[in-house]
Amino acid sequence: MGVIRDVMPAFELFQPTSIDSALELLDRHGSGAWILAGGLDSFDWLKDRIKRPSAVVDLSGVADLKGVRPMGDGLEIGAMTTLTEVVRHPVVKEKFSILMKAAEAAASPQIRNQGTIGGNVSQDTRCWYYRAGWSCYRAGGNICYADTPTAINREHAILHADRCVAVNPSDTSPALIALQAEMVIHSRDGERVVPAEEYFIGPGVDITRMTVLRTGELLTSIRLPGTWAGAHFYFEKVADRNVWDFPLVNVAAATVMSGDTIDRMRIAVNGVAATPLRLPAVENAVRGKKRDEATAVAAGDLAIAGAVPLHHNAYKVPMLRNLVRRAVRGTEPTFA
Amino acid sequence: MDILTWGRTPWGEWMLTHISWDLLWASLFAGFAFLVAHASYMLLSAHRKRDAAETDRLEATRADLPVRIARHSLAARLFHWVMAAAMFTLLLTAFLPIAGVKFPWVEWHWMAGLVLTASIVFHIIHATVWMDFWSIWVGPKDMPELKAELMRELGREVDGPKPGKYPLGNRLYHLVIVLSALVVVTSGLFMMVRVRTPLFARNPYLLSDAKWGLTYVAHGLAGVALVGLVIAHVYFAMRPEKWWITKSMILGWITRRQYLEHHDPQRWVAR
Repeated sequence: MGVIRDVMPAFELFQPTSIDSALELLDRHGSGAWILAGGLDSFDWLKDRIKRPSAVVDLSGVADLKGVRPMGDGLEIGAMTTLTEVVRHPVVKEKFSILMKAAEAAASPQIRNQGTIGGNVSQDTRCWYYRAGWSCYRAGGNICYADTPTAINREHAILHADRCVAVNPSDTSPALIALQAEMVIHSRDGERVVPAEEYFIGPGVDITRMTVLRTGELLTSIRLPGTWAGAHFYFEKVADRNVWDFPLVNVAAATVMSGDTIDRMRIAVNGVAATPLRLPAVENAVRGKKRDEATAVAAGDLAIAGAVPLHHNAYKVPMLRNLVRRAVRGTEPTFA
Repeated sequence: MDILTWGRTPWGEWMLTHISWDLLWASLFAGFAFLVAHASYMLLSAHRKRDAAETDRLEATRADLPVRIARHSLAARLFHWVMAAAMFTLLLTAFLPIAGVKFPWVEWHWMAGLVLTASIVFHIIHATVWMDFWSIWVGPKDMPELKAELMRELGREVDGPKPGKYPLGNRLYHLVIVLSALVVVTSGLFMMVRVRTPLFARNPYLLSDAKWGLTYVAHGLAGVALVGLVIAHVYFAMRPEKWWITKSMILGWITRRQYLEHHDPQRWVAR
């Protein structure tokens, strides 16, 4: 962590009350604008004086970005809806309980009261080398300090690293991918809708961004189709602490059964790469198979194919394998 | 416009990170500006070509020459086109993401870099052992030819020397491209040690931060220079009056008439 100072660098603060005025501000200030949702990621950056935007656009006054609304047989969740509101929403609890569990696993009750679902999926990585403000690849430099022989990289990536080995720290993202959610993005040019698994960008494509959001764009809502409503859900997060911690690895799976065989499954993991990863190889392998130990073991082995651990994070390989096994099995082991 | 970008090491020291990508746009602008300026000059000027009657006379006296004069061997042509493919891949994978076209480019980039390196190594050996090594280089001895070519470009009839196998512009271009390519390949090979490949064990500490910065800057400068140079090369290859040279890089030969019209048979003895 960098040294947190008492005073943030000077910026202009804007508090729009509509999506249109927020977009107009983002357009006007371009790359100098900073989108402020719950502030939990933002204030770290600003107080560390690592990020120095010229304008901060605070979305807390935009009512249209808040709340959970029915949409067909699914739901539309405003990007500024707090994680607590997501957890407590009766339809989320009844039909999409995997998202409830994932949101409830994030951080602490106080943070969930303030943190938003849009912020949770759009937050920056927690790599401390990057957040310390050093000139790493992700910050526009030419080195990854976390991928050196002496680096402390216990929490970093085991899959799809490309120069940068930072991971995505979101808990809700894998649940949204498992639910086949869509991210609704607005800009002055209009609306575009992106599948949840395509919302995130790896370092191979753009090493300085975590999401597809471009300058002037705003995530306005997340749509949950009814496709997976009421499916068998599994979410599990492994972290160093039970509360107020980011995942080392998490897994989310939605499964539809046909008798005792798996009819279809969507499964995603996070904490192992720069983006949450959907695991289509696992989904294809388990389709039509019995939900038993043999299927779970095969799925776990598939999930870790291509994993390249760093100096201090080899433990993530069996952790990922075991979490995927449990998700496919659908039950956590019981301990005496 | 910035030229270089700087970062801070964990020890608080300023270090070079790479060039400013503003230089890419500057190189693109320079390349196209040269293209427009040259094309305009060629439209408006009265540059001097060897007179058709003079060429007829020469051709009549040199009927002993074959109808087709071999200019580029198959090996030389293969090298040229492999290098061209590698160069275009390198430039596109390097600069399209900077221009906003995002895709996973790193693996394509270093693989194309290895192809370019291998083709250059091949070319050095081939040119040294099997070709007339010195025919492509320029030096003080070429001053009279430079003067004569400039006068011809200005529309004056002069007796100065005609080119040997390669026109003077071609040799000057070769010199600049050799320098740029050697810088980009050498720095690129070092930079490969910083990314994951199946070829090397990664070693980000191979050089000091300052030396890494200089390596990235050298790679960037040579890279953006190559953008302008490739624009100029493609432009000349497509110009109607140069098409006979381009064609020879495809077919390997030029006609006896082209040989006599554009070259000095004393300096390039056709076999």
